[in-house]
Amino acid sequence: MGHESSVPLFWRLIKPRYQLIGTKCKTCGNLFYPPKYLCPVCRKEGKLEEIKLKKSGKILTFSIVRSAPSGFEKETPYPVAIIELDDGPKLTSQIVDYKPEDLKIGRKVEACFRRIYTDGKEGIINYGLKFRPV
Amino acid sequence: MKVAVIGIGTTEFGENWDKNLRQLAIEAGTKAIIDAGIRGRDLDAIYLGNMSAGRFVGQEHVAALVSGELGLSIPALRIEGACASGGLALRQGIFSILSGQHDIVLVGGAEKMTDLMTDGVTSSLMGAADQEWEAYYGVTFPSLYAMIARRHMFEFGTTREQMAKVAVKNHHNGFLNPIAQFKKEITIEDVLKSPMVADPLTLFDCSPITDGAATLILCKEEWAKKYTDDPIYIIGSGQASDTLALHDRKSLTTLDATVKAAKEAYKQSGITTKGVDVVEVHDCFTIAEIVATEDLGFCKKGEGGKLLDEGLTEIGGKIPVNTSGGLKAVGHPVGASGIKQAVEIVLQLRGKADKRQVKDAEIGLTHNVGGSGGTAVVHIFSR
Amino acid sequence: MIGIVGYGGYIPRFRIKVEEIAAVWGSNANSIKKGLDVEEKSVPSIDEDTATISVEAALNALKMAGIDPKEIGAIYIGSESHPYAVKPTSTIVGEAIGCSTEYTSADTEFACKAGTAGIQMVMGLIQGDYIKFGLAIGADTAQSKPGDALEYTAAAGGAAFIIGKNGIIAEIEGTYSCSSDTPDFWRRDTIEYPSHGGRFTGIPAYFKHTVSATQGMMNKLGFKPNDFDFVVFHMPNGKFPKRAAKMLGFDFKKLEPGFVVQKIGNTYSGSSLLGLAAILDIAKPGQRILITSYGSGAGSDSFSIKVTDLIEEKRKNANKVQDYIDNREYVTYAHYTRLRRGI
Repeated sequence: MGHESSVPLFWRLIKPRYQLIGTKCKTCGNLFYPPKYLCPVCRKEGKLEEIKLKKSGKILTFSIVRSAPSGFEKETPYPVAIIELDDGPKLTSQIVDYKPEDLKIGRKVEACFRRIYTDGKEGIINYGLKFRPV
Repeated sequence: MKVAVIGIGTTEFGENWDKNLRQLAIEAGTKAIIDAGIRGRDLDAIYLGNMSAGRFVGQEHVAALVSGELGLSIPALRIEGACASGGLALRQGIFSILSGQHDIVLVGGAEKMTDLMTDGVTSSLMGAADQEWEAYYGVTFPSLYAMIARRHMFEFGTTREQMAKVAVKNHHNGFLNPIAQFKKEITIEDVLKSPMVADPLTLFDCSPITDGAATLILCKEEWAKKYTDDPIYIIGSGQASDTLALHDRKSLTTLDATVKAAKEAYKQSGITTKGVDVVEVHDCFTIAEIVATEDLGFCKKGEGGKLLDEGLTEIGGKIPVNTSGGLKAVGHPVGASGIKQAVEIVLQLRGKADKRQVKDAEIGLTHNVGGSGGTAVVHIFSR
Repeated sequence: MIGIVGYGGYIPRFRIKVEEIAAVWGSNANSIKKGLDVEEKSVPSIDEDTATISVEAALNALKMAGIDPKEIGAIYIGSESHPYAVKPTSTIVGEAIGCSTEYTSADTEFACKAGTAGIQMVMGLIQGDYIKFGLAIGADTAQSKPGDALEYTAAAGGAAFIIGKNGIIAEIEGTYSCSSDTPDFWRRDTIEYPSHGGRFTGIPAYFKHTVSATQGMMNKLGFKPNDFDFVVFHMPNGKFPKRAAKMLGFDFKKLEPGFVVQKIGNTYSGSSLLGLAAILDIAKPGQRILITSYGSGAGSDSFSIKVTDLIEEKRKNANKVQDYIDNREYVTYAHYTRLRRGI
């Protein structure tokens, strides 16, 4: 099995992946993205609700993938980064629309909607958010 | 705690085209049984570390496969914790003896990786990361550790040369190790000039794709001298978890799981870092060894690179690290590495490490990590 | 009154020059540039497609309109390059921009006028009070056969329009269309690249429909060319819209602000709509715009649009078409091939 080619697996995460919707714990106030289903701080005392996060952030660290996993061969080399959103949570994604000098720790970025993966000629297309320098 | 290791065995590590998973497991298992001087029938249970036989060769239920091939109907359990599977299997084997449930157990690790093409292996290994929030975006393990490296360079000034020195040292040690996948010395320049895999990590910064198996026979302390004049004892064990995804960690340059697991092992054994004579750490990538030496307490956070500049972690140095050649040069058949590390420490403490021997080694430590740090397991061995 | 409440465009940032393509085929770049009146065209990134372009344009339109996407009651996306033959682009976009599940949607196809057809469909729903706001998008990542003349102009881009009765920044005074079975440009199912009738695409196709629809529009509302401050036609190249303007009696000055084709090529379903967006970016309250799209196969939709006082404040909130035109990076033919054939 290469990339996520299951339809329900993909469909289930469309909302958080497309709109940057995470969760907020009403008990401790922490924000989580990717969304958490149980507050890891409060556990059973936690009360989670959905929250839409701002699309802006900055690069904490990055690399450039040159040896691709199955399904991404046509896209190498592509940069991946851990991004700290302005709202706080950290996530992992690709960097797009960049110049070499944009790849640096601290660079401000914003989320944009892009194709992530195409399951061959017949399978579904997976979309999601990548990040571009502002 | 005190559990005895009375037998060890490994296959050669490398691209074993002629051997399938069961053959590798049985070969290492048989060698260990012979080394221990026991009969197969004497075993009470099998604990097998294997990360991904399902994705690599389509095989699940691997512990039953191995016990069946050994002709035994004893309890057999497969333990999975990504690249820490071996170390975790060892810990479970130890517990089974300490609990009194079993007296002699076989603890093994095996992985058959080379039947897939590289992109398939890269994808399968990402099962050790967050499938939905890391792998989904095309991230690979080299790029995860590369991101750790970049952050480490940014926060502490660690250099590419220091990272390259890890590979050079481990290749030198591998050159001295008959089971190593790579038995060739390399230079810093070789590392820096090799093809980039995930910036800034080059091909020689990364451990290879390997087939291999390694086995230990453990028995309860009271029986050790019955089987061997030279038992080696496990006197401490520690394990900890952390978030699966790298982006959820508190720090991008410390593996908290290593810190916690090591603390538990040190406390249980009564050993401190000063008392450790030889160490096998999880160098899946060169940066991982640097971070490990810091997180295990052998130097301050951020100074792991200096250990290499000063040659302190070479075989003749103050704190020899990865005398086997590490994952880097011996190879990294994922589920087997944790056991192979233990085999090397046992050899060192027995005084049987040949050209890699650390003089007067009495206390050894193994450090095995799963994924980018979601699991870490540490064991301390003593003569 | 019914009109545009917010609009937005998007053009991918890669460009390839006519010279770059001509060199590969041993053609004379200068005569091609002269003949087509195009300098370069936009090229989508390997991870961009009609859905992603539509999302960018729609997000701009939402920023400008200042409405909650959950109030959108209809989404129509027109394109010749929908990512799926069966599975709507409109729901992918609806999900990505935060719509509720209470909307109607469909994908449309009518060559390069699929987007303007969508605007008319939304207008009907608004006029009938079936919905409060509707989103119509024209976007494409056009494909062309290597070595064919269309390779110099088949580009990528799109524009989105939110239509409604509240907060109108440009009133749609009226619309007029004409359609006929004229097979000037087509693509059979499962075939990768379109085919066309060469010179047949001119007088009997583009000009006949563009001119009749525009004339019909002006007659219907009792307008003459002088009543309009701006005019925009579908831009398959630089020559056709200039000639249509001349045939209809419009000065090139009125065409110029929306004349985006020279720098980005033909964005197909996005073409006339991006031209309209470019004009709206600079138009003053009270000014009147005429837009006539053209879709092969064939037909044209014409609209008369009058800018209101609300436009100057609202359009500050979104990116301008000129910003996207200016934000560019040139690629070689080799890189272009990788980007276009990659998916």
